[in-house]
This record gives sequence, C-alpha cells and structure tokens, in this order.
Amino acid sequence: MSTTTLTPTGTATQGPPRRSLVRDTTIVLARELRPTLHDPFSVVFSLVQPIFFLALFGPLLAGNLGGGLPGGDVWQWFVPAILVMISLFGSSTVGANLLYEMQTGAHERMLVTPLARSSLLVGRALKEIVTLVAQAAVIVLVMLPFGFRLHPLGALTGLVLLAVLGVGISSFSYALALAVRKQDWMFWVVQQTVLFPVMILSGMLLPLEGGPGWMRALARLNPLTYVVDAERALFAGDLLAAPVLWGFGAAGVTAALGLALGIRSMRRSD
Amino acid sequence: MIEARGLTKDFVSRKETVHAVRGVDLDVGRGETVAVLGPNGAGKTTTMRMLTTLIAPTAGTARVAGYDVVADPAQVRRRLGYVGQGNGAGHGQRALDELYVQGVTFGLERRAARSRAQELMAGLDLAGKERTKVSELSGGQRRRLDVAMGLMHAPDLLVLDEPSTGLDPHNRANLWEHISALRTEHDITLLLTTHYLDEADTMAARVVIVDDGRIIADDTPEVLKTRHAGDRLIVTTATAEQTARLAARLEARLEAWEGTSGVELTGTTLRAGIVAGSTRVTELVRTADADGIQVTDVQVRRPTLDDVFLALTGRSLREADTATTGEGAAA
Repeated sequence: MSTTTLTPTGTATQGPPRRSLVRDTTIVLARELRPTLHDPFSVVFSLVQPIFFLALFGPLLAGNLGGGLPGGDVWQWFVPAILVMISLFGSSTVGANLLYEMQTGAHERMLVTPLARSSLLVGRALKEIVTLVAQAAVIVLVMLPFGFRLHPLGALTGLVLLAVLGVGISSFSYALALAVRKQDWMFWVVQQTVLFPVMILSGMLLPLEGGPGWMRALARLNPLTYVVDAERALFAGDLLAAPVLWGFGAAGVTAALGLALGIRSMRRSD
Repeated sequence: MIEARGLTKDFVSRKETVHAVRGVDLDVGRGETVAVLGPNGAGKTTTMRMLTTLIAPTAGTARVAGYDVVADPAQVRRRLGYVGQGNGAGHGQRALDELYVQGVTFGLERRAARSRAQELMAGLDLAGKERTKVSELSGGQRRRLDVAMGLMHAPDLLVLDEPSTGLDPHNRANLWEHISALRTEHDITLLLTTHYLDEADTMAARVVIVDDGRIIADDTPEVLKTRHAGDRLIVTTATAEQTARLAARLEARLEAWEGTSGVELTGTTLRAGIVAGSTRVTELVRTADADGIQVTDVQVRRPTLDDVFLALTGRSLREADTATTGEGAAA
C-alpha cells in the first residue's frame, strides 16, 4: 500500500495573518464557477424554458397583438422580457444546489473551514452574474437573425441590470433553501407558488395595460414589473428613460434585501 | 487537544425537549486515537458537532486545539480537520478541484495546494481520478477523498464521524489501512465515532462508550473488556455428570477467580465468565484430573466490546441500534 507523507507543504495551521471577506468570497465564487467552466454547455441547457417561450409564445404574440404592442415590434418588446424570465426561472432555482450540498455533506464540510459564513452566500449569489450574462448573450445572438435590433450601450446596461436582479433573486432562493432545509420538498412548493404570479404580474408575457385594475395595482407592487419595463427601454436604446431608473431601483432593492436575508440565514445555518 | 466539561445539548422539537448529550467530560491528548462508540441516538454525532463548532452547546464548555468552541470558533476551525457523516466533497465538482479549493480555503498557496492535493490523492489510492466528478466515484473512493479533504491543511486533530458507515467490508478495511498509515507517519490526533465494534477495538488505543447522551466507560479496549466483561470459559467433559461436578468445583472458586457471571450448564458443556480466564485453564484441568473428570475441550473466548456494552447497559449494542433507529434527530 502506498502511503502519504503528511509534511505540511504550506503554513496551513498558522494560516495567513488576516482573512479578507473578498478573498473568501472569491474562493466560493470560483468553486461555484468551476463545474460550469468544465462544462460550458450546461449554461445553454438551462435555457430550454425561455427558448420555448420565445419560439412558441413569441409568434402567438405577433399574431394576436402584433402592432398593438408598445413600440409595435414583437421581438423588441418580448426579448428583453425573456431575459428577465431567464433570471426568474434560473436564479430562483439555485437554492436547490445548496439544498443538495446540504444533503450530501459538502455544505457542512465548508462550515468547518475558516471561510466566513457570509462569503458562502455572497460567492454563490455572485455566480449568477456570470450565468445570466452568458445566457442573455446567447438569447440575444440567437434573436439577431430574426430582426432583433441591438443598441450596444443599452444592451450592456441591460445586462448589468439583469446581473443585479440575478444576485437578488438567487439570494432569496438560497435563503429559502436554508429556511426549508429540514423539509426540502417545501423549496419547490414555495418557488413554484411565487414564480408564476410574479411572472404574469410583471407584464413579461402580455401587456398589463389591458388587464383589470386590481391586476395593474398588484403589478405596481411587483419589483419585476419595473425591471421588465427598464429592460425594454434599455434594449430600445433609451438609456435615459425614467423606467430605467425605476428598474435599477427595484433590482437594487431586491438585491439588497435578498443579500441581507441570505447572509442572515447563512450565519444561522448549522 | 480536546477538553470538554459538562458538554450538554438539548434539542426542542414540537415542544418536546430531547436531551441528546447530558454532561460529557472528555479529554483527548495530543497524538491519541480515541473512538467514541455507541448506538444510534446515543449523542455521538451531536457531541462531534459541538466540538467542531457546527452547533452551540446548551451548557458546558469545550476547548479544541486550545480555543473555546463558542468564543473562538474561527480559530478552532482553522486547526481542525473534519470528516462528517456525509460527503464533504461536492458531488458536482471534480475530485482534485475540491481538494485544491479546500487547501486554498485554509490559506495554502495555489501551487502548494495543487501539489498537496495530488500527493494526497496518490496516497489514498485515488491517482488517476483527479478529473473525475465526485458523483462518479465509487463509495469507497468518495470516502477516501473525504478523508483527504480533512487532511489537506495538515491539521493536528482530525475528527471523523462514522467514517466507514455504508462501506463494504473490503472498503472499510482499505480505508482503515490508509488512516492507520497516516496516523503512524504523522503525529495526528484522531477522534472518531463508530458503531462498528471491531473497528473501535482494533483501531483505537482508547474507547469512549456513550449511551443515552452520557459517557458510561472510557479506557483502553483491553481494560474495558477485562474490567467489565472478563473472558468466557467454555469447558466440555466426557459426561454430563462430570460436567456437573466440575461446575460445582468452579462455583466454589468463582470469587477467588474474579468470576463475572455464574456457571451455566448445558449438557456436557459449562460456561463461566472469568477475568483473565486463560491463566486459570491449567489449574482447572489439574483439578478436574484429580477428581477423575475427563476434560475433552477447553475454550477461552475473549470478550468483545459488545460484551462490555452489555455488561454496562444490560442490552447489546446491536439491539440498542435497532431499537433507536428512526430517532435520527438525536443521533
């Protein structure tokens, strides 16, 4: 049997004199990204749902509403919303990965390392930026041949907005995973229960202007409504429109609340 | 390395308080190998989780590697290697990547982390699996990877919670071979929990037996067996009548011979519990000879830790295990 020499190759037990939150977060982020880097196509596989909406719902929109849509062009109206949908469908499920690591034991192992508890949440949440930007880029590139017009500066700002939203939604998803870790089935019950009302009440799929008053009132309480409006303005090249500011405000509040709640849950996790 | 005083943990679920750990005092010195043995639900894992800063004690204190687990958890974590019951390596990750990240987490330089990860993989028979996803490793390989994870930062203390549960006998033996080798080569302190009796017996210099949240015995396996169980002397003679006569003789000497149980008769065979039974065999046979009793067979069975558990609690460890399955929360 071969054996291992246990001579420490570094000064591990002493450790570096001080640890920084940035360093811990980078370690967690890099760990989360590694499987994606080894298998970049996994990013595209999770686009199945949004692509169905684009391919099967988009043409219906064009046929039924067509010119009735604000701006008059179905893709200019629908594609920015689909990007928000990616975040809603994708980022809201990431808590399941954490749940899985809680079940297998990897999370517990990481809790017994010097990593700061908050970095375990923030590093994971920041991973959504990479995932979302890559996915959004794929969607936009796919739609260009279909006549989707790109305004580069607006599109870039749109991606930043999407990233902020993704950090927020994924943080909420992780917080949910930490909250239901003893009854993991609850994760999907809550996720699905929240997902659809939030999606429909954001005006993502159909304009809410024609809806009843109570629906429009609820939509005004939905932060996603503002983000969807902002993405539509940005992808139309309208960087200075008021909805952009509202969108960043809504995404920023979502991210701040999500991170605060997520970090708090992670600190209490055992 | 470990000093625990009055360590206590109560869990409250549905307004019912479960006393998982009730006042555990435990000292583990540098370089010791200590096995914590007990049935499911005895409080082994809860104790480990308190010592590794995963949960806070309800009462009592513990210092691990010189630091208080409640006041200074970060210092404790830095000095401790922990191999939990689950798989420490994330299933979606590649084996070498997880080891590398673990090293970097503990402050190793990138290059040092990479070379140490490779060294540990080779040492634990995982060479060639560097780029394999953890989920695609076999159970035995995954467990060895977990041990490697715990050793990445060359800790002074390695805590292993049920390291070999779920492995087949071959993989268990293999894992223990590796752990023994690591222990002899490095002055590492090992604290492990197990419910495999033979494992505690052969691997640990010291066995701590826990039941119902308390330590009920703490000593070397030899002393525990001698003190609490004694040897089993099994003697067969030519006829039942001779055996009965021998039993009467033995009965008279039980006290002088430090008998741990009465003499049981079944046909031509008698059984008795006697401390250091093998040293009495010659005298027994000589007495029998003088009485015209023809001894056809003498066996001395060394006690197991299960005999010790039985002597201490009145039930066998295996029975205790099946009786408490389902009380996973208190495990």
